[in-house]
Amino acid sequence: MASAGDTRLGRAAGQPAWWLQVVPVILGLGAFAVYATLRAFEGAYFQWGPYLSPFYSPLIDVHHKYWPFSPALLILGGPLGFRVTCYYYRKAYYRAFFFDPPACAVTEKSGRVYRGETRFPLILQNAHRYFLYLAVIFMAFLWHDAVRGFLFNDGFGVGVGSIVLLANVSLLSLYFLSCHSLRHLVGGKLDCFSCAVAGRARHQAWSWLGALNEQHMLFAWISLFGVGLADFYVRLVSSGAIRDLRLL
Amino acid sequence: MSDATLKIFRGTREIGATVDYRVPIAPGMVVLDALHYVQSHLAPDLAVRWNCKAGKCGSCSAEVNGRPRLTCKTRMDTFPQDKPITILPMKSFPVIKDLVTDVSWNYKVNKKIPPFQPRAGVEWRMYQEDIDRVQEFRKCIECFLCQNVCHVLRDHDKQEQFGGPRFFVRVAGLEMHPLDGLQRTGLLKTELGIGLCNITKCCTEVCPEDIHITDNAIIPLKERVVDDFYDPLLGLVRKIRNAKEPAK
Repeated sequence: MASAGDTRLGRAAGQPAWWLQVVPVILGLGAFAVYATLRAFEGAYFQWGPYLSPFYSPLIDVHHKYWPFSPALLILGGPLGFRVTCYYYRKAYYRAFFFDPPACAVTEKSGRVYRGETRFPLILQNAHRYFLYLAVIFMAFLWHDAVRGFLFNDGFGVGVGSIVLLANVSLLSLYFLSCHSLRHLVGGKLDCFSCAVAGRARHQAWSWLGALNEQHMLFAWISLFGVGLADFYVRLVSSGAIRDLRLL
Repeated sequence: MSDATLKIFRGTREIGATVDYRVPIAPGMVVLDALHYVQSHLAPDLAVRWNCKAGKCGSCSAEVNGRPRLTCKTRMDTFPQDKPITILPMKSFPVIKDLVTDVSWNYKVNKKIPPFQPRAGVEWRMYQEDIDRVQEFRKCIECFLCQNVCHVLRDHDKQEQFGGPRFFVRVAGLEMHPLDGLQRTGLLKTELGIGLCNITKCCTEVCPEDIHITDNAIIPLKERVVDDFYDPLLGLVRKIRNAKEPAK
């Protein structure tokens, strides 16, 4: 006999295996974290011709005048903080890495003290909007790099790398524009659009961002892989492993 | 006509176990139909709470094969016929008998929330753009599946400190109401414990009314709590404007 309060109640027969949802997240985020860490510390092969790896943009102290280590380490805190405090990624890693919960209606390990996001360090998740402000600066640099990727020594041109960098910054822009905090700041914080200054414009902007927000998870993943692939492409070209194909 | 095996929890909070019943399957049959068959042919004392059988009263919530669902909206043909279908009461609430649980805790939480209070001197006119958001929250049928699946209540037993997704939806409907004059962010932070929510979206996954609970209610409320309690820049702006601080 089992009582209805038994923790096993949440694990009825026929329930889909919870790890099917968790394993792809562990593999995806884990692979990116390993690759990004290696590349950030590598400090080489981040630039070729008009191309600059997004892991190293904006490029600061490239000649190591003030900073002896990889220049990527100076700037990666911004994008990393934006992703770590992102509402989508929080869901993903709480489930996949903390098993809190591993999946819906799957019983967690008992005996742990749960404080959610009410205490240090997780209370710092509330700083997401500040990383959003920082992300504006990063987006400006990345768009600058993408445009610069079309400006070769002999003038305007299109290489595979130009398209890779443009695709990367476009995906990052979709991820940025679909952010929950941005939607809140643009109009979500208002109780009454019709009563506010520029209320109709803010309602329109809020509606558009809301439509993008519905795909925030998708943009989070494809922009993550996009930025990794863009860096990988620049590394391949910069290290001489492949030659950039000039299309125009 | 084929048969299905139902493993139904029978018992009370103190003692109980699943009992197998064979039920003939008819086209279009839902789990609640199968429970009614058991009640009328095999176990007349089976306790099941139900009312409209149309997915609108929110009475027939249970856990079918480990997933919280409305039994009246769960078709039998969505499960493999050769395996038993397990039907258990909602885990987060005390069992009264069989599949009937005591959900009265929810009504106590509801009483903590100050109801709609119009702004002083408000003009009783609303525009569609102002109530787009609120209309989604009005779809809630109070089935309490979101409360049941929320791990803060289900696994961590934070009933004393946490309101749960259903009541964040209610507060969101009030906070975003264009004519409402009360501010409930202090209540959200303290008595309803919104910081305990780690936005793992299970409430959204199980909502039979497809309310985007996490994205459209909880996260916007978390952002409003950040506005009032965690954003130092906004705090400074409020001080400069001599704005009234929210009640703590």
